Amino acid sequence: MAVNPALLLLTDSRLPAGGHAHSGGTEQAIATGTVHDLASLAAFLRGRLHTSGHVAAALAAAACALGEESSRTGACAQPWPEALGASRAEALGTSPTRSEALGALWILLDAEADARTASPAQRAASRTQGRLLLRVARRLWPSPTLDDLTAGPDLRCPGALDDLALAVPNPHHPIALGAAAHAAGASPEDAALAAAYHAITGPATAAVRLLGLDPVAVHGLLADLTPDLATTASDATPYSRPWAELPARSAPALDLLAERHAGAKVRLFVS
Amino acid sequence: MGANHDDHHHAPAHHGRALRLGVGGPVGSGKTALVAALCRTLGGSLRLGVVTNDIYTTEDADFLRRAGVLDQERILAVETGCCPHTAIRDDIAANLDAVETLEDRFGPLDLVIVESGGDNLTATFSRGLADRQIFVLDVSGGDKVPRKGGPGVTSADLLVINKIDLAPLVDADLDVMARDAAAVRGDRPVLFTSIRQDPSASAVAAWVSEQALSWPHEPVSAA
Amino acid sequence: MTDTGSPETASDTSSDAQEGTWANTLAAVEQRAQTDIGRRAMRARAAVATSLAGGRTVISRLSSMPPLTLRQTGPQTVYLVSTAAGPLGGDRLDLDLDIAPGTSLEVGSVAGTLVLPGSGESVMAISARVGAGAALRFAPQPTVLAAGCAHRLVVRLTLAAGARAFWREEIVFGRYGEAPGRCHARFDATYDGRPLLRQEYTVGGPAIDASPAVYGDARCIGTTLITPPPATPPVVTPSEAASEAVVAEGVAVLPLAGPGVLVSALATDAVALRRRLEWGEGIALGSLAGAARPT
Repeated sequence: MAVNPALLLLTDSRLPAGGHAHSGGTEQAIATGTVHDLASLAAFLRGRLHTSGHVAAALAAAACALGEESSRTGACAQPWPEALGASRAEALGTSPTRSEALGALWILLDAEADARTASPAQRAASRTQGRLLLRVARRLWPSPTLDDLTAGPDLRCPGALDDLALAVPNPHHPIALGAAAHAAGASPEDAALAAAYHAITGPATAAVRLLGLDPVAVHGLLADLTPDLATTASDATPYSRPWAELPARSAPALDLLAERHAGAKVRLFVS
Repeated sequence: MGANHDDHHHAPAHHGRALRLGVGGPVGSGKTALVAALCRTLGGSLRLGVVTNDIYTTEDADFLRRAGVLDQERILAVETGCCPHTAIRDDIAANLDAVETLEDRFGPLDLVIVESGGDNLTATFSRGLADRQIFVLDVSGGDKVPRKGGPGVTSADLLVINKIDLAPLVDADLDVMARDAAAVRGDRPVLFTSIRQDPSASAVAAWVSEQALSWPHEPVSAA
Repeated sequence: MTDTGSPETASDTSSDAQEGTWANTLAAVEQRAQTDIGRRAMRARAAVATSLAGGRTVISRLSSMPPLTLRQTGPQTVYLVSTAAGPLGGDRLDLDLDIAPGTSLEVGSVAGTLVLPGSGESVMAISARVGAGAALRFAPQPTVLAAGCAHRLVVRLTLAAGARAFWREEIVFGRYGEAPGRCHARFDATYDGRPLLRQEYTVGGPAIDASPAVYGDARCIGTTLITPPPATPPVVTPSEAASEAVVAEGVAVLPLAGPGVLVSALATDAVALRRRLEWGEGIALGSLAGAARPT
């Protein structure tokens, strides 16, 4: 399958969405000494990819799939409540508007991300990055206007990013990433790949800056992980609702690092 | 671009929001002291917010908070992940977010100052972040700095040369600095100051005040 | 975040005694394992249900099936007593807990669970439903992953609005000096129909296990989920404001986005793990006790 060019934009570290200031626990791992050289960084990155990276990939894929679903269904209001479960469908009333029903789904998916992120510091970092990405993505891939829609059936969502922003102004980063991937015309597997990649590139760059490691050697570690990126993306993609079954791989050390970092008096990175 | 968006970073001169003033310059040139002086001098007449970009820790934000020049909640610190220039030029998202947070919480504001982390002579603010920018040098870096130019010196809306009280001690020729600056800056203003001798930074404050008052936004409160 | 002392310095006096008890327990389990090894795979289902009678909890159902044997040791207390080794590969054990509204149940275990190899994967599935105003304390001894085991632990905790739970899980990577087999643990907790906590732990892939992002040099992992008294309103609005977390060496007390706190700990041995968890539980319960209580 050809690479979607929009995916390159979304995963570029130069995407101006605030990612450069997050180390994903790397700064604190360096401060506590558990990451101190190439070998320990390699182990850190591999563990991060297969735990929180895997979860992020699955959430991003699910968000992208929700975007696809919302655009396929177009203006139809009815198919949504059943997917929400009885209690929430009831709360929405018998005939929710499309926007209400979609909003409830985005909130539910975002809550699934919350349930997989026990650390408050990690939730805050994820929501900050999600909000910044959402803002950038809405400018890069604005919703089609009415004219665009009359041009014919368009698989691009008539406003997945807008639906999300309305329902969850500070979404978790993988949710924003998945919605953005869809708005850019990418597939759920693309979105998963972007999320998995994001889970290791920021931390790798942070280590280059903080430890003064040879940047080529660190990129070598990323290159070594490319097969894992591919399997993570494909493993994380087949999930559909109920989202309860999405992966939830935990990384207790990352939780500890995130909380220590949030309380650190001296720090260069937000997370 | 999306006409159906209300995102307010499209137009460089959006009506209704505060003027965003970037303050940049090398480490130790007196950026934080200048920001404190501006808050002290303008705080009574303008509704202010400040965003700091410390390289390390929240020292600058803490200094400003301790200085008591501004309500503490109106000072936000942004971490820049070792790259202060990235945060003001290439990826301004976190700074924009902080500016908007201040405007949401305390708005309408007249002026939001974004102080960059100390960086080199090439660090300038993106026009997407700052409507006006001040570049702060000091004489102790040597009187050759203006001649060397660089985007900060040449393109800032105002060049401030600080610590002129030290000029005799470091053998810096202020005339040379003025001449060299004029050569690369054309008509753009240069102000010489010593914040130690003039804690109100009166000339710089007057320039900033004029920029803020002529900025199309909600009228300044009768403070 | 605040740093409130260290669990390492607290209640150190009993650690020798704890260690002794632990060693005895493990020895007993292993002895039974030696005699039982080679038995056929077992399928067993055990269940406990409570009901409210005259304002008091009664255990209205208690069904056991070897090796999952339950003994009632108090009016609201039940202990798991393993009556065979294992689980062994191929075993499938199901435990159902049904805590009726307004009742309380405490579940413990006499000994740790030593998961042993066998033919295929062993599965332990625990499903618990806690009704409104009901309380469940689930705190069995640790699960120890012996070399060569292939284990799956599946926990489904369904909390009604206003339910309270204290749910502790401890997993030990092998007996002393032993490399663990494989384990996949999945924990899902919902509160009032909303996702509260979903976690998965995989053990047995050395490259991942030893990652400084995952378990590092720890050989034991533990978590305790504590949900607050019913008076604390559930937080459902996504908010960026991180509630206060507390962290110390190897343990963090993590307020969840929903109504609950997770104590998460890592340690190199089971005694240190329990000490860290208990310290975190104390912090969590202390902070929860500070919240408004139902009258």
